[in-house]
Amino acid sequence: MNEPVRWTGSMPAANGRQGPETVRQPGGTDLADILERVLDKGIVIAGDIQINLLDIELLTIKLRLVVASVDRAKEMGIDWWERDPTLSSGRGELEEENERLRERIAALEEAQSTRAPARRRRRPAAQEEEA
Amino acid sequence: MITYLYAVGRDLGTLPDVGSGGVGGGELRLVAEAGLQAVVSDVEREAFEDLDAQQEDLTWLAAVARAHHGVVEAVGREHAIAPLALATVYLDDDRVRSVLRESREGFTAVLDRITGRDEWGVKAYMRPSGASGGSGSAAERPASGAAYLRARRTALREGDAAVTEAERAADEVDAALAAIAIESRRHPPQDRSLTGRTERMVLNGAYLVDRASAEDLRALVDRLAEGTRLDLELTGPWVPYSFAGGGA
Repeated sequence: MNEPVRWTGSMPAANGRQGPETVRQPGGTDLADILERVLDKGIVIAGDIQINLLDIELLTIKLRLVVASVDRAKEMGIDWWERDPTLSSGRGELEEENERLRERIAALEEAQSTRAPARRRRRPAAQEEEA
Repeated sequence: MITYLYAVGRDLGTLPDVGSGGVGGGELRLVAEAGLQAVVSDVEREAFEDLDAQQEDLTWLAAVARAHHGVVEAVGREHAIAPLALATVYLDDDRVRSVLRESREGFTAVLDRITGRDEWGVKAYMRPSGASGGSGSAAERPASGAAYLRARRTALREGDAAVTEAERAADEVDAALAAIAIESRRHPPQDRSLTGRTERMVLNGAYLVDRASAEDLRALVDRLAEGTRLDLELTGPWVPYSFAGGGA
């Protein structure tokens, strides 16, 4: 049986910090975590160029779709497309995953088009910190 | 060229070597003002001018996300830093200086809060075995339509009960982790299409933990994993993205 706790590392060990035993999820869960954080967390402060990222979840899923494909291609070697798709492992899985992602995107786009696209972003500065 | 702002710190002596540099391969620099230092690099203005259009260029945006995270992670490994949200750009370094001046108190408050601490993520998934989730009813063909509906209703009810039970267990896990954390946040559980897993996520928590307590946290997660029917997944340590912003 596999262990109940799965370690998915984000940082290698360094400087007194103990790094986690890194087990990369084949599907790239860590990427979803990264996107979740860099797109939607961190200090939100007005930049000089206004940027509207309307629907973070939709964007995150779209990005994940792209990156998963690129990663998988890399893992499989640059000649992966020359191989027989039925022989190259992981391809069916990827297609399945992409299918799921596409469905989800369609659903989100549907939802987005029916609701007003007013969504946060660029709140004024870090002063919201105070309180 | 415009200035891309990654993170703010106050004791950043020299920048670590971030192999591939910043967004677009730009060289990282520090811009100092008011006792703070901003980690920045130059980026092409055009790329950010119309990011709404760029959204469709997802490969580009993914590369920006990765570069952003790479810089934050590399600098954050050695220093306390407050990470900025993706794609925060200014026309020039002077604008960055004025932002450091104007938002000094906010940045300082964030840095005070996260110095010496790391963010850890704990996710909990329902185990697939328990309930069938109402999908495996094809095993035996129902004798009639009514029998089918009855079986289906039972399956759904059992599935609902399992979800409720899992969510209650997730609350307990969260409460136990929050007790040893300085602060905690519950992010919305990620959708299945994002996790790539078939099991439902019932907890997506972030915990700000003193670096000295990291082992306690690991031990606690192990202990909780043994005492629950959820699958737990620990990630980290992260630069405290989830505790740098405002409200939860």
